[in-house]
Amino acid sequence: MAAMTREETQALIQEVLEVYPEKAKKDRAKHLAVNDQSVEQSKKCITSNRKSQPGVMTVRGCAYAGSKGVVWGPIKDMVHISHGPVGCGQYSRAGRRNYYVGMTGVNTFGTMNFTSDFQEKDIVFGGDKKLDKLISEIETLFPLAKGISVQSECPIGLIGDDIEAVSKKKSKELSKPVVPVRCEGFRGVSQSLGHHIANDSIRDWVIGNRDGDESFQTTPYDVAVIGDYNIGGDAWASRILLEEMGLRVVAQWSGDGTLSEMELTPKVKLNLIHCYRSMNYISRFMEEKYGVPWMEYNFFGPTKIAESLRAIAARFDEKIQANAEKVIEKYTAEYEAIIAKYRPRLEGKRVMLYVGGLRPRHIIGAYEDLGMEVVGTGYEFAHNDDYDRTVKEMGDSTLLYDDVTGYELEEFVKRVQPDLIGSGIKEKYIFQKMGVPFRQMHSWDYSGPYHGYDGFAIFARDMDMTINNPCWKSMQAPWQKPAEGEADAVAASA
Amino acid sequence: MPNVMIRKKDDGALLFYVAKKDMEETIASVETDTAETWGGEVELTDGSRWYIDPISPPPAFPTTLRFKRADG
Repeated sequence: MAAMTREETQALIQEVLEVYPEKAKKDRAKHLAVNDQSVEQSKKCITSNRKSQPGVMTVRGCAYAGSKGVVWGPIKDMVHISHGPVGCGQYSRAGRRNYYVGMTGVNTFGTMNFTSDFQEKDIVFGGDKKLDKLISEIETLFPLAKGISVQSECPIGLIGDDIEAVSKKKSKELSKPVVPVRCEGFRGVSQSLGHHIANDSIRDWVIGNRDGDESFQTTPYDVAVIGDYNIGGDAWASRILLEEMGLRVVAQWSGDGTLSEMELTPKVKLNLIHCYRSMNYISRFMEEKYGVPWMEYNFFGPTKIAESLRAIAARFDEKIQANAEKVIEKYTAEYEAIIAKYRPRLEGKRVMLYVGGLRPRHIIGAYEDLGMEVVGTGYEFAHNDDYDRTVKEMGDSTLLYDDVTGYELEEFVKRVQPDLIGSGIKEKYIFQKMGVPFRQMHSWDYSGPYHGYDGFAIFARDMDMTINNPCWKSMQAPWQKPAEGEADAVAASA
Repeated sequence: MPNVMIRKKDDGALLFYVAKKDMEETIASVETDTAETWGGEVELTDGSRWYIDPISPPPAFPTTLRFKRADG
């Protein structure tokens, strides 16, 4: 299918909306748009960060998911208590593949689940005593934990427990940070508010811990990598590039990150943000309070990597700038070989994305490096500022969909017929059964890393492996194959 | 009266950011922007107008200030 014109895309949106009742149609229409690169402000064409319609299938998460799952969870040397009933923590445990180094259960706790396991009596009489006891138990069992965070689940806010008081008391008792996080799941419209709440709790309970302590030896080349969750090792693949440039990565937020790294972040010279959506709040705070500037970067695909490396180097002296060129040159042969190998197999393939955070816009460059085209993209929980950044990355008259419903995405796929869909586990099997090649772009489909030059090699291989998999030719039962197949068979046997 | 964080963009323009609303706009014009005072009516690129009592001496950016809506 050839690229759609603006009118065709608009007609497609109208057609898909047709099944909704009047009120729902009006609301959903605001969340679907045809991309127009000339639009400066995305709010003129697309509405985002609004409550999902009741009755439609959304794939959004909750504030607890945003705080425990995304921002706090990967901090490896702290114990994160899922405070409330057991399910929230258990079903989200270790699903995000935030890799880390350390001995789990001794000095790192990333994949473990700690919960206060609320029962009926805790709801009736309050769970503060239980939390108090639980924190003491953690201290006995895991003395190497550097701190504790209390991640509230819905009931905590509903019954009005005072987790702040307990945290303060225990923090004094253990002389370790105990951070209460008010990220009850019912807050906000999506996980996005959870990111904000988590950022605010880091601001209030962590960032200021080393104010006035000058014992940390700084260098002019200190940077912090913020908003890289080390999925499948992403942060490591990014970090080596920065280090080869001669920069010193003081902190990783929060993939493979530690509490003391976070505390030291205000002392760096530049904050580098990968996931703008989940960590811009804390970066803005550090800029205001500590004067640490921040910039966004993109380590997906060689074009964007080179662009970002140069932009980062421009913030430093000539030595770093020369090093950046050296790094780019060093990897040129490597990525050119990858492009030479995979581009002919992937050229012209069309991709639809529906993910969260930064990926719907950041990955576009990597696909383009492989000669592929992104024909539709959308975020689960973006805000207007994300779409502002997206309209420029996407081609004209491509599809934009915000908080797309299960039905809408299926219909778009049926009509646009992309060669690949990148989304999450909830969409995966639907589309695979429809016969469309699919990659999970939240967890890199248990592969990764995809960041950096090393990641690009894996990315290219994975996309090829998925799109050119012979299984897509076997979607039809042999007796349902069209007649021309029979003709071939007859010809072969003759 | 939202709290607004004002920061300098790379190209020197001022960004007007309202955390509660996730609104990030560039400032198009400021009524008084001299060496002594900064403030008055501020117009953003999206056309909305905001007001702040002139501050002297001008604040160092980035900073958080309280603005009033000037229109409506």
